[in-house]
Amino acid sequence: MRRLYPVGLAVAAAMFAAAPLLIDRAPTESTMGLVQKIFYFHVPAAMTMFLSTFVSGIASGVFLFRGKQAADRVALAAAELTVVFGAMVLVTGPVWARKAWGVWWQWDARLTSSLLLWMIFVAYLLVRRYGGPGSEKLSAAVSLFGMANVPFVYVSVNVWRTLHPKTSVVPTLSPGMRGTFWFCVAAFLLLYALMMAARLRLGKQQAEVEQLYLELDERGDLPSRAS
Amino acid sequence: MRSTVPETPAVRASRPDAVALDRLIVHDVSRHFGRRRALSHVSFSCGRGEIVGLLGHNGAGKSTLLAILATLLSPTSGEVRYGDRTAAAGGASVRARLGLLGHELQLYPELTAAENLRFFARLHGLDRVAARVEEALAAARLGDRGDDLVSGFSRGMRQRLALERTLLHGPDLLLLDEPFTGLDQGSAAALAGRLQQLAADGRMIVLATHDLDIAEGLLTRAVILRDGRVVAEHEDGRAIRARYFDAIRGEGGGSAPGARAS
Amino acid sequence: MSQFARVAWIVMQKDLTVELRSREIISTTVFFALSCVLVFAFALVRDGRTVVDAAAGILWIAIAFSGTLALGRTFERERYTDTLRALMLAPADRPAIYVGKLLGVVAMLAATEILLVPLVALLFQAGLLERPLWLAALLATGTIGFAAVGTLFAAMLVRARTRDVLLPVLLYPITIPVIIGGVRGTAALVAETPDVAMAQFWVALLFLFDVVFVVLSLWTFEPLMTE
Repeated sequence: MRRLYPVGLAVAAAMFAAAPLLIDRAPTESTMGLVQKIFYFHVPAAMTMFLSTFVSGIASGVFLFRGKQAADRVALAAAELTVVFGAMVLVTGPVWARKAWGVWWQWDARLTSSLLLWMIFVAYLLVRRYGGPGSEKLSAAVSLFGMANVPFVYVSVNVWRTLHPKTSVVPTLSPGMRGTFWFCVAAFLLLYALMMAARLRLGKQQAEVEQLYLELDERGDLPSRAS
Repeated sequence: MRSTVPETPAVRASRPDAVALDRLIVHDVSRHFGRRRALSHVSFSCGRGEIVGLLGHNGAGKSTLLAILATLLSPTSGEVRYGDRTAAAGGASVRARLGLLGHELQLYPELTAAENLRFFARLHGLDRVAARVEEALAAARLGDRGDDLVSGFSRGMRQRLALERTLLHGPDLLLLDEPFTGLDQGSAAALAGRLQQLAADGRMIVLATHDLDIAEGLLTRAVILRDGRVVAEHEDGRAIRARYFDAIRGEGGGSAPGARAS
Repeated sequence: MSQFARVAWIVMQKDLTVELRSREIISTTVFFALSCVLVFAFALVRDGRTVVDAAAGILWIAIAFSGTLALGRTFERERYTDTLRALMLAPADRPAIYVGKLLGVVAMLAATEILLVPLVALLFQAGLLERPLWLAALLATGTIGFAAVGTLFAAMLVRARTRDVLLPVLLYPITIPVIIGGVRGTAALVAETPDVAMAQFWVALLFLFDVVFVVLSLWTFEPLMTE
């Protein structure tokens, strides 16, 4: 697996280098013109974020009920990536909206749902950081509940928004766009897998360092008695 | 001050359906919180009729160890055996056989003494609730204060009530965290006497304390902790004070850690 | 099964007895809810008339804010006397203890709402009392959903040092579907042309939320409360 990593990195780099060319060559959408092309990054980022929430939620469930530390590391890594990809969604969305319809934010159902999910996982990171010892389990509850919440968030925000006139029109994919779109989705998923792998490796090494620290502390071999 | 609780562990142990909790074995228990090592390779055991004292400075790990013994915390390595089972395997059946008297007395100040006892008796699913509450109040010498709010009690009265609350379900293993704190001489002596009587009834008692004078003569075994490790273990309760300071200063005395698990 | 119900019942009974003796939580919660309502009034009332739908929003925000306070206080009480440990030590079914606490919290919130609803109806001339059954259904399902998640989070946060600030941080994002459902349902009921079908939809969604999250809480209570 370790040897695949540089290969994966090279492939991802190539894909992201190629993406702008493909996007440029894709047919321009009639109503919105050039601006619509943000969609090729905005939607794959959203799909990746969505995937990440489920990875974190399921890993949290495994951690809570099986007690496996590795599952907790997966949950944490996925939560961090949810926040990262969510940030991408929340930046590209308003940029698109501003350019296309003149307002930064109009409580579009999907963007609002993404914002909500993003906030739940920011809360995960806050608990992790500020919850004191034992906060691994506390944050696991947040991501598990967050994952269970996804359908409710989706339905309630959508119904809330259908009562108001919608100014955003999501373009349907014409055949020329589909190829580019799925290419970008693949690029994002590959990027996600690479970032997860890197983060998990970091997490594992951190756990090993903690373990070494404890062993040294026990043997009394630590150079200074830092509390 | 005769114990009026009818069901002693010895009596109950003779019943056919009894959970065999006649020995507590702590084996190589460690616990860390992140980088902080709270306990490291702690081993000792306690049998019926014994009063084991956990001695040590603040932060030595006494409260953490008691929490682990009470099954409220799980060790990061090692195990605790209650008779023939561990906490994980036993679950509620182990909890039914032990009682913990914490430093905060675990009483509801807004309820009366009787209401507190009644709540915990019903929570534990005990029968003859009213009778048990009466007996417990009598044993705590609060028979005429049963309908008074706990918020009006002194520390000593609350202590006696809390102890009886812990004993309501007749636990085989009694865990106490700094029970002598805040008690005057008379109350402390009375509590020590009560504990000796409970041990004589066949219970196992593990208590953490700072009070070396009381510990002297009360303990049948002393386990001295420093920085989460057992630094000394003494088979008898004599000359505790001297041995304690020896052990804390690291000048030896007593047996090597862990070698005395009998 | 009856063992479970018995334990839940006596825990709830104990909570209500303690509360009735001191009346601390209920009085501070009601007063705080009133303050909330006033603050929002200053924000949303112009020329003596409220912005449309404001009454529904104000009601539910007041419930959410004062509910968070009540949850925090309930568990702070158990923490201060260390009785939460005594509850966990009992050989009783841990989820039954959760249910007992939940029922107590719901009872306290219900008492607050009984005072709050007529008050909001009066202050904002909103026809809140016109369809009492549907309003009661909304309040019941919404309160139970909010309290279900809140009780679990408040209980697990007792161990954390920063519990006071973390409770709202965790609770609000997860319970936003409840707020949306409650507010939109209530607004549908008090609108100029009441939309009972809409209110029914929200009651159904909230009921589903309650089922999912009560089950999830029952399931995760024990692993979260033990270290």
